[in-house]
Amino acid sequence: MNQDIYVVIEHLRGQVAEISCVMLAGAHELAKDMGGSVVAVLLGHNAQGLVGNPSASSGQFLAADKVLYIDHPALADFTSDAYQKALANLISRDQPRAVLFGSTSIGTDLASTLSIKLGLPMISSCRSFSPGGKFVSQICGGKIMAEGDLPGLTALVTMVPGGYKAEQGMGTQSPPITQVETPALESLRVTLAKYVEPESGDVDITKEPILVSVGRGIQNKDNIVLAEDLAKALGGAVSGSRPVIDQGWLTTTRLVGKSGKSVKPKIYLALGISGAPEHVEGITNSDTIIAINTDPVAPIFGVAKYGSEIDLFDLIEVLTEKVKQSKGG
Amino acid sequence: MTANGTGTQSFYDQVLEATPNGERLRLCLQCGDCSGICPFGYLMVHPPSRMIAQLRADRFQKVLDTDTVWMCVSCYACTAVCPAQIPLTPGLMARTKEELILAGNVPAELQSALENSQRYGNPLGESPRKRADWATGILPEVKIMGKVRKKVDVLWFVGDYPSYHPRVQLITKALTKVLNALGVDFGILGPEESSDGDSQRLAGERGLFEMLAEKNGMAFNKYEFNEIITTDPHAYNAIKNEYPGIGISFPIRHYTEFLADRLEQLKPLLKNELKKKVAYHDPCYLGRANGIYDQPRALIQAIPGLELVEMSHNHKNSLCCGGGGGGMWLDGFQWEKAHVRLSEWRVSEALATGADILAVACPYETPRFEDAAKTVQGAGQLKVMDVAELLNEAMGN
Amino acid sequence: MNIVILAKLVPDLVEELTIDTSGKALDTAWLRMIINEFDDHAIEQGILLKERGGAQVTVVALDIEGVDDVLFTAAAKGADRLIKIKGDFVGVNNHALARAITGVVKELQPDLVLTGVQANNDLDGSLGPLLAGCLEMPYVGYISGVSVAEGKSKARKEYPGGLIAELDVTLPAILGIQAAEQPPRYVAVSKVRQMMKTSTIEERTAPGLDMVGGPTISRMFQPETGQRATMLTGSPEEVATKLVGIFKELGVL
Repeated sequence: MNQDIYVVIEHLRGQVAEISCVMLAGAHELAKDMGGSVVAVLLGHNAQGLVGNPSASSGQFLAADKVLYIDHPALADFTSDAYQKALANLISRDQPRAVLFGSTSIGTDLASTLSIKLGLPMISSCRSFSPGGKFVSQICGGKIMAEGDLPGLTALVTMVPGGYKAEQGMGTQSPPITQVETPALESLRVTLAKYVEPESGDVDITKEPILVSVGRGIQNKDNIVLAEDLAKALGGAVSGSRPVIDQGWLTTTRLVGKSGKSVKPKIYLALGISGAPEHVEGITNSDTIIAINTDPVAPIFGVAKYGSEIDLFDLIEVLTEKVKQSKGG
Repeated sequence: MTANGTGTQSFYDQVLEATPNGERLRLCLQCGDCSGICPFGYLMVHPPSRMIAQLRADRFQKVLDTDTVWMCVSCYACTAVCPAQIPLTPGLMARTKEELILAGNVPAELQSALENSQRYGNPLGESPRKRADWATGILPEVKIMGKVRKKVDVLWFVGDYPSYHPRVQLITKALTKVLNALGVDFGILGPEESSDGDSQRLAGERGLFEMLAEKNGMAFNKYEFNEIITTDPHAYNAIKNEYPGIGISFPIRHYTEFLADRLEQLKPLLKNELKKKVAYHDPCYLGRANGIYDQPRALIQAIPGLELVEMSHNHKNSLCCGGGGGGMWLDGFQWEKAHVRLSEWRVSEALATGADILAVACPYETPRFEDAAKTVQGAGQLKVMDVAELLNEAMGN
Repeated sequence: MNIVILAKLVPDLVEELTIDTSGKALDTAWLRMIINEFDDHAIEQGILLKERGGAQVTVVALDIEGVDDVLFTAAAKGADRLIKIKGDFVGVNNHALARAITGVVKELQPDLVLTGVQANNDLDGSLGPLLAGCLEMPYVGYISGVSVAEGKSKARKEYPGGLIAELDVTLPAILGIQAAEQPPRYVAVSKVRQMMKTSTIEERTAPGLDMVGGPTISRMFQPETGQRATMLTGSPEEVATKLVGIFKELGVL
């Protein structure tokens, strides 16, 4: 058994998923205590190129000490049966200190079953590692954290984002790639028939860094343009709560909340939104929520970092102007 | 065939049997008054009179195949106007909704409200343990029956929205101050209180209503008190008219009745003059359904300086706010069909009277009318206040 | 076709969660347990498959407070058999639960096993893929659509951004359900009450509980809670200036 930390790289249709870099960052943290190297495990077919260009950010490489690459046509696209069998071989052979998987559609298809199959201990929903080889996991919607020592055998760990930034898992050097012997992958019980593309709409609010969001307080369709002006000045997009979409003032692609989308912008500026639970559900992953509402008991003030009771109509044009000035425009 | 696998005839009989005076269904003249007065009748494929026609023609399945009965807000207008005095709201409309629920045809918002009521005893999905949190910090301390365990004069059945909804909690606190100023010896059930169940009943969940009523009955029977008062006309309606049918019977009044009785004691406490025009909105289940029109008005007129005005729809033909009988939980659904809210209609009527304040006496109304006032042109200055809040302000609290 | 659905009860997040005196586990005194939302979807998906093509649907759940209601509600939706596994499951991890139900599931000889893709209190993986390991069945998770024909199933697997992969899965297999093809249906209280009178819940006893494979928790705690918003006051000019300052601090200007 060695003290290396293995990270199962997740990729989909030629793109490395951000969680892979988050895991590499975590792996480096853990490796400090364990004393071994960080090894990126890449499975695929003609996929060596993924070691560079993680998350389509050019000139960046996976920040690993080395890469173990397993090539097989059956590994071209992720399927649980093939990936599991390939990894089972590798993990049994190498017996690393830990193997990190994403707590995702890919990672969770693998880790638990391998835990039983190989008789190895498992931890899920790990957010970060703390000094002394400890893991910190989150459960119950993030309301409870659980900490413990990394188990003594090869520990299988699924990781959630939030503890590390993806940038910390990217490096400027291309790590050496070692190709591992191709396993026999036959009689696979799960095969890919095809991919089905998501519907394309207009702006994808889940990808916007700044959202200027309007609620009932915007009062009518004609006023939406005020929000659009502010969003444009800030470099973001307009979204809305249910009543605004109901009225047809914004399309459903802009709906934030339980029946709409969950967004995670850097700034969520809520204008005239009361903050009903159905809406708040969609914004809890925002970095900073700022709420403008004339109602001092609006629930939104309980989740916002900054707030003001000022009337949004008194504020909005003045704010847009100041933002433009600040940008020198 | 209805969802239960029984025929139209059987549904007809069930409505007749299950509802007091249900047999009056046979007396329908097909006059169409019900469909005409129904605020959303124009959007229903089968408004009430047509529902009865389909029943008679043994084609009730046609009604069950559409979802327009979910436009019904259980406002009681049809029942009040029917010349044959058919119990349309509790009989026909609620029973039809029941059939749809049994068949699994329930709009999503309503489904959440019903599931929350089952799980948490309130449609908002809040923890039952927090039901009395609104009372924290109030002095003198509000008596919670489970803690004080002694007889009180009045058991105040607070209700779901008054307990949990931030805007309505302000009304609850105002009423607390009024009761304290009058020296009323009252207690509340707090975490032992469940939803009265009336709106759930009207939305078609008879089984859920009974479950909630039974729970409340058990809580009532644990403690000693002389009478029950409610903040909510729906709770008043349930406990007065529906609970006795399941063996739970207590003297019950709405808080406006209770306070009107004490008007002589109240008047000297109303020191502050409020020089405003007030339009009073008759809640459906206080007014039309239970005939209480004068007491709330008497309370308002006791406040010095207030001028009471009537909207064009008042007393018996008052316009529903759209909240009761499940309407609060069918908002999105009804909006899709109507693109207008009843609450907006009513706010426009208040504006037309030149009123400064729209006074209400039912917990659903304040949030609904305040929301509507934001979207109705010119309603920006209109204040919505519960009668309890008006009294509280006049007391200088 | 024989479908088995596994349902778990998990802590209800509506209630306040607290840590017990040991500092290592959730305080169970005020804990309300409700059906795992994803298992609810699994039940719905199972019933949909039954309605479409005919199947025998068996729901298996562990004996925790509230389980009877969950099982009778499933029966009211159309489940054919209800099985409750008895044992002391407080503080038991998923590895042990998976081993505990392996025998029962094997006995039922399912073509398809459906269960929620995850549960909010999972710390050592989820029940579905662990059971797949015990039974040596294939497992695919994050499923939002299933169809079955001639001993094979087609499963729609969800990836981020709305991308779907359509997979062919040989049966018997375990699928971790993310969402049923329609939201879990409503069941009237009167129907559930009726089921309580007419259906029976079969009981099985769990063989000993083997927790090997799960982590040892040394400490459970609550992360720092947020506070009420810092309020900005002043004229529109002043508030706008303060906001621009905040935007600068946050690096967007």
